[in-house]
Amino acid sequence: MSTAMTKDQILAATLEELTNVAPDLADETIPPDADLREVFDLDSMDFLNWFTALHRRLGVDIPELDYPKLRSMDDVATYLAARLGGL
Amino acid sequence: MAWETIHKSDRPGWPAANLDDYASVRQGFSWEGARSLLDGLPDGGLNIAYEAVDRHLEAGLADKVAIRWLGRDSQRDSQGNSQRDRQRDREPVSHSDSHNDSQRDSRQGSLVNSQGDVQKAKKANPTPATCCRDLSYGELARLTSRFAHMLERLDVAPGERVFSLLGRVPDLYVAALGTLKAGRVFSPLFSAFGPEPVRARMTLGDARVLVTTAAYYERKVAPWRQELSGLRHVLLTDRGGEDLPEGTLSLADALATCPDHGGLAATRAEDMALLHFTSGTTGKPKGAIHIHGAVLFHALTGRYALDLHPEDVYWCTADPGWVTGTSYGIIAPLAIGATLIVDEADLDPARWFGILQDQRVTVWYTAPTAIRMLMKVANRTDKGIVGHYDLSRLRFLASVGEPLNPEGVIWGQEVLGLPFHDNWWQTETGGIMIANYRSMDIRPGSMGKPLPGVEAAIVRRVRSFAAVPAEGPAGDTFWALLSPGLAGAGEVSAATAAVCATTAEELGLSPVPVVTSEAHSPSHVTAQARVEQAFPATSQPIATIEVIETPDTLGELALRPGWPAMFRGYLNEPERYAQCFADGWYLTGDLAQRDADGYYWFVGRADDVIKSAGHLIGPFEVESVLMEHEAVAEAAAIGVPEPTAGEVVKALVALKPSFTADEALRKALLAHARKRLGPAVAPREIDFRANLPKTRSGKIMRRLLRARELGLPEGDLSTLESDER
Repeated sequence: MSTAMTKDQILAATLEELTNVAPDLADETIPPDADLREVFDLDSMDFLNWFTALHRRLGVDIPELDYPKLRSMDDVATYLAARLGGL
Repeated sequence: MAWETIHKSDRPGWPAANLDDYASVRQGFSWEGARSLLDGLPDGGLNIAYEAVDRHLEAGLADKVAIRWLGRDSQRDSQGNSQRDRQRDREPVSHSDSHNDSQRDSRQGSLVNSQGDVQKAKKANPTPATCCRDLSYGELARLTSRFAHMLERLDVAPGERVFSLLGRVPDLYVAALGTLKAGRVFSPLFSAFGPEPVRARMTLGDARVLVTTAAYYERKVAPWRQELSGLRHVLLTDRGGEDLPEGTLSLADALATCPDHGGLAATRAEDMALLHFTSGTTGKPKGAIHIHGAVLFHALTGRYALDLHPEDVYWCTADPGWVTGTSYGIIAPLAIGATLIVDEADLDPARWFGILQDQRVTVWYTAPTAIRMLMKVANRTDKGIVGHYDLSRLRFLASVGEPLNPEGVIWGQEVLGLPFHDNWWQTETGGIMIANYRSMDIRPGSMGKPLPGVEAAIVRRVRSFAAVPAEGPAGDTFWALLSPGLAGAGEVSAATAAVCATTAEELGLSPVPVVTSEAHSPSHVTAQARVEQAFPATSQPIATIEVIETPDTLGELALRPGWPAMFRGYLNEPERYAQCFADGWYLTGDLAQRDADGYYWFVGRADDVIKSAGHLIGPFEVESVLMEHEAVAEAAAIGVPEPTAGEVVKALVALKPSFTADEALRKALLAHARKRLGPAVAPREIDFRANLPKTRSGKIMRRLLRARELGLPEGDLSTLESDER
């Protein structure tokens, strides 16, 4: 499935899994570059659950050491796009 | 035993251990002797801030770094994020330029600069965030004097409460020590709390002052502030001039004209100093009162349990919103005159190893959840990134918050070169009670032995029909656990008995032989007399206590009152305080056992409180918020195992008839709970039930729900009135 995904599709999947983990963000406007920990109080367990769900959905393994780099929607979508192959 | 005892040896260049021989130090210990660790005030009083800061100036330490603060944006280059962050800092935002100007102005006048602690502020301020700041003992003395004078000018009376809702920024440390210096009472709140836990604690604590940021204020306080008429001043760390929300003041402006010397109140050792909130099974959070006299215990346990020396660079990763982050993340290291590292950012393995290396940390106090996260990135055979760092300065590693599993202790040994020393204490005890010491062999998985000056025991509560503990199932559990024959009587839940009996069986426990407290009458009488003297209004015994002398026998961990950091009450709740004591013992609510050599081993909680990432979460606080939702008929919050956090909160919810249990509603409930409670307290999972299991008196049987979640035997359900569907 990875080859066919556009960046928009990746972004949509990323957002969907985020709001599964943190449904309180469903009715918020999330600026793509907003630091989710700072602005929306997401904690490390939320990030872990989010990345685990993305791994399950997209097949992209996100090692723990990369977690700290992934602070915003943009960070995550860009990271996934790169891992899914040259977008 | 599955895990081998760890024998340790000193390395060349290490200072001598503060506690060199456990048995002889304990034997020769006296509180009168320990008092020489402090200076005291000239009039015989005692003040935490004086002991932690001002007295060091007289000892020539004015220029020594007391606190090295590392801002969130420090140490970022290695992760390749700095470029993007700089771009973001330049990004135009909705705030007008004039706001930026006023902020800059206020910051120039700020004595306690708050470098970029909130995203909005950071974005609005084009000045690059400072990454690091050193506060010398001299500067800390001046800043805290200003803060103390400011409270005086704001007409905050001695003993009134000053709350903080801040990340780990310099302002927080100045507010804590400045409040103590002024003889006002400091109550730090965890900044990830949602509006409801903040409201509950500030209301119970009768907050007079709040120090926070504009973003936290607007999101977590402003919506309900009108309910709290006693809250007179809200001081914002990151706004000034005309940029202030209505009803707030600029901290920098308020401090600007205050003198930077004096302001020290002549507090007495028994005066209230700190209010730390904790949770029980039932009811609202409880505000545990701590006194200025506690600083003696912090200075002592910092030396003995953490082996802190004045030359040490010490890093405590706990947030001051939890008691560890205040007792050992502010007071103990400063009282000893060491240098304290404060990191604003949250756990990030590469950053953490970088801090240990670059700051040349010698003593490190952290938590099992963090250790388990670090264990994911390095192990014995593949040290991974740890191999890139020079951690040779480390001398002593300690852990607290929940029991550290033996794998964590060993991981320290194999990967960092030093084992972790687990220790045990609670919000109520104010300081470390039981610990593994540098000079003592470690039995991995054990919390160690009681501190010198601390008397601990494994006890059982003996049923007293006249005074059933009102706090809920704790008492029931003990009777069920330790006297299975009594389990059917009264309100005792058979499921509880079954779960506990299973636990006992798994532990290979035999029937419990006990030595009654009569056998210890001399010390018993003394301690009881001491409690009654100290707490005349609240010392009615609630049960008889039997001390269990047989090794490896399960019981409740109990402590003799008398150490200086013990809590002096739950604010405005003498009954709940009284329920913690019986027969001259403070009853901890933790189940434990002691082996034949005197090492203590944690077994579990006796009540239904949930421990997630080392933080106690009261099920009632979670359930109350779920019950606010129009769809919810009943709710139970329980802790379910999770490999990193230990436990996470799961809620089981029964809906009102007109609502349908579907995914949309599940998400709506999660969203509601997270908005009100914040993610640290809110459930991570919600499941629906048609009905929750209850006793005859209508009490939801959380333990039965938990046993079912965990696949444990349910046992005899004869006291179950209404079962789960």
